[in-house]
Amino acid sequence: MTARERIAGSVANYVDERTGAAKWMKKNLTKVFPDHWSFLLGEIALYSFVILLLSGTFLTFWFDPSQREVIYDGSYEPLQGLEMSAAYASTLDISFEIRGGLLMRQIHHWAALIFMAAIVVHLMRVYFTGAFRKPREFNWIIGVGLLTLGIVEGFLGYSLPDDLLSGTGIRIAEAIIQALPLVGSYLAFFAFGGAFPGEAFIPRIYTVHVLLLPGAFLALITVHLMLVWYQKHTQYPGPGRTEKNVVGYPLLPVYMAKAGGFFFIVFGVTAFLGAVASINPIWLYGPYTPAQVSAGSQPDWYMGWLDGLVRMAPPLESYIFGYTISWNILIPGLIVPGILFTGMALYPFIESWITGDKREHHLLDRPRNAPNRTALGVMSLTFMLVALINGGNDIIATTFDLTINQIMWFSRIGIFVLPPLAFVITKRLCLSLQRADRELVLHGRETGRLVMMPHGEFVEVHEPISPEKAWLLTQHEQNPPLALEESDLRGVRRPGVLKNKLRARLSKAHAVSIPKATAEDLKEIEHH
Amino acid sequence: MKRLSRFRRHRAVAPLLLVLALFSIGTTFSVAGASTSSPLTAAEKSALIDEGQRIFLKGCSSCHGLNAEGGGIAPSLIGVGAASVDFQVATGRMPMADMSTQAMRKAPVYNEKEVEALAAYVASLAPGPGIPGEEHLNYERDGSTAEGGELFRTNCAMCHNFAGQGGALTQGKYAPTVMGVEPRHIYEAMITGPQSMPVFSDKTITPEEKLSIIKWIKAAENEPQLGGAALGRVGPVTEGLLVWTLGLGMLVGVAVWLAMKAR
Repeated sequence: MTARERIAGSVANYVDERTGAAKWMKKNLTKVFPDHWSFLLGEIALYSFVILLLSGTFLTFWFDPSQREVIYDGSYEPLQGLEMSAAYASTLDISFEIRGGLLMRQIHHWAALIFMAAIVVHLMRVYFTGAFRKPREFNWIIGVGLLTLGIVEGFLGYSLPDDLLSGTGIRIAEAIIQALPLVGSYLAFFAFGGAFPGEAFIPRIYTVHVLLLPGAFLALITVHLMLVWYQKHTQYPGPGRTEKNVVGYPLLPVYMAKAGGFFFIVFGVTAFLGAVASINPIWLYGPYTPAQVSAGSQPDWYMGWLDGLVRMAPPLESYIFGYTISWNILIPGLIVPGILFTGMALYPFIESWITGDKREHHLLDRPRNAPNRTALGVMSLTFMLVALINGGNDIIATTFDLTINQIMWFSRIGIFVLPPLAFVITKRLCLSLQRADRELVLHGRETGRLVMMPHGEFVEVHEPISPEKAWLLTQHEQNPPLALEESDLRGVRRPGVLKNKLRARLSKAHAVSIPKATAEDLKEIEHH
Repeated sequence: MKRLSRFRRHRAVAPLLLVLALFSIGTTFSVAGASTSSPLTAAEKSALIDEGQRIFLKGCSSCHGLNAEGGGIAPSLIGVGAASVDFQVATGRMPMADMSTQAMRKAPVYNEKEVEALAAYVASLAPGPGIPGEEHLNYERDGSTAEGGELFRTNCAMCHNFAGQGGALTQGKYAPTVMGVEPRHIYEAMITGPQSMPVFSDKTITPEEKLSIIKWIKAAENEPQLGGAALGRVGPVTEGLLVWTLGLGMLVGVAVWLAMKAR
């Protein structure tokens, strides 16, 4: 034993005697994680959250969350001598007087955009591979919660500087609150401590932005990761991978090194963006005044779809018992998002109800092998994309020489027509891919080598694929749809017949598939 | 030309050019100054108006009518004033390239002299806002950038965007960018209200305030790219686009690289 080993041993022993950590560490540091690039998407979100905490803390040192009126006398000339809130003036000071302040602001904002984008692509990975299935439904719900909180947190964040754009955003948020029937105007008064804009809102959302929501994030992210740890990570199907094992690398040293390195890369990319590309140039927007608004006022991208829905809503309003109900705000601003997010959160339960599948799943689906789910996902994304495009309709109109009206009508019609179209196309694509898989297993790979037979016929030589590949293409389950009889053996109608009918129909649609290649099929072909 | 360009790196070129530039600026200034100090005589003026009418009959009357009385496709020009003519023709908007939604800025068809004559002719039909003289456009002296910014955000930004980059209006109409527009034309646009733009009379925005707006626009033109690439100064749309392409592109690329099998 060398001296170094002796010292290390005694230090480890010292710590272990006082914490008892050795047993736990031994068990957990060798925990195996499967390796795939798509499993790193959630990590991007996690690391940008860390970056947000660090850069956000820096910003709090100088930000003054107050709507007190001050006269600006800082170094940005075009605003000198103007009345503005202390919140806006201190954000200008962070940008122009504090060393590294502008870079930190930009890193914070870019990190927020990356955070939300990473959450969305992570969610897409989890959805399209079926990773939300039992036992991971709760973690899916936590994820949807994190997405929702992220949207709110981001909105509050860019509302804080009290510039012209953020004030416009808050005004729209106020309108959406007011659109709630009966309680709306009261809620708006409570939130703003009186009439818009008041002096209470920015201090309030500051507390929520830096204390309440980050706390909620920390708690939810912790549970999210603990559940991943406890339930173990899902893995893609492949030879040697089963529902009962995890094939991959141990946490220490392989995964720890990869993850640690990845953190610094995410930080580097965010810092790079913060250094080279301007984001939220509040000094150009000017201080907020309710009388002003800029052309092309947009929210950040993760709110853009909501703005797009509100923009495409026709002017519907009714006047009932002395109350005005603004359907044009209520439906796109609250009802549709409510349905979308509730539906998303409940999807694991809906799917298991449709398939009747109550088993645990640790092997992921290839998206093509769950055509209905994949098509539904693409349909939802198409819906969001149409809404998002309409959110930027004015910028798109001026950039591409179109008219706002054309884009608005495209969106109004497209939001109903394109998602179902995307569903049909995606489902057919999935089935075609299944068919291609079947062909590949049964007939092998096309080599491109043409051979002339003795009798003059040309044939292309097909090469059998490797057993590993064949396994990958045929390992998935193909479950038949639920058999729900409408009536029992004696011909008496069962209770809940309508519900069962719907369930059976959905189940049938969900189970549509091209029969995968089996050993019998292969034998039969060889026989010929 | 070739012989001349041999000397372009000569030691004496820079000072010579400087002297030449100073001389030409000086003469232009004295000539321009002289012309404003001595107004046109009545005879010169009527000659100018006649010249303007000739150009009008050739280039404008097919839409605006032989007496500028307007028609089904073009408005009457009686009373629009010289400022309007100068703005529309000198920025190339008139004559229109096509009868689409809006006359757009392009290379002017008529030269300065012809524009002046056209403006004199239209102004002679009925009184209207005149072309502001150089002495009324000294925005550097009479304007204030901060006040101009405030006025711009209150009166202009709702169509022209917070940084003067322009924006979309309904039915394909648009508010053009105000970057790189002559101070005289900005002023004329405010007093004549071309196309979809409202008129900002001297009661709404005083002449001094107009100069402040021009001063702010000129400051916005020279606004340095603080914080890196400006991304078009149109707000969060381009930021979102960049994060989904470059930002996420780089990160997912790295993720793929990290998860590659070691060879």
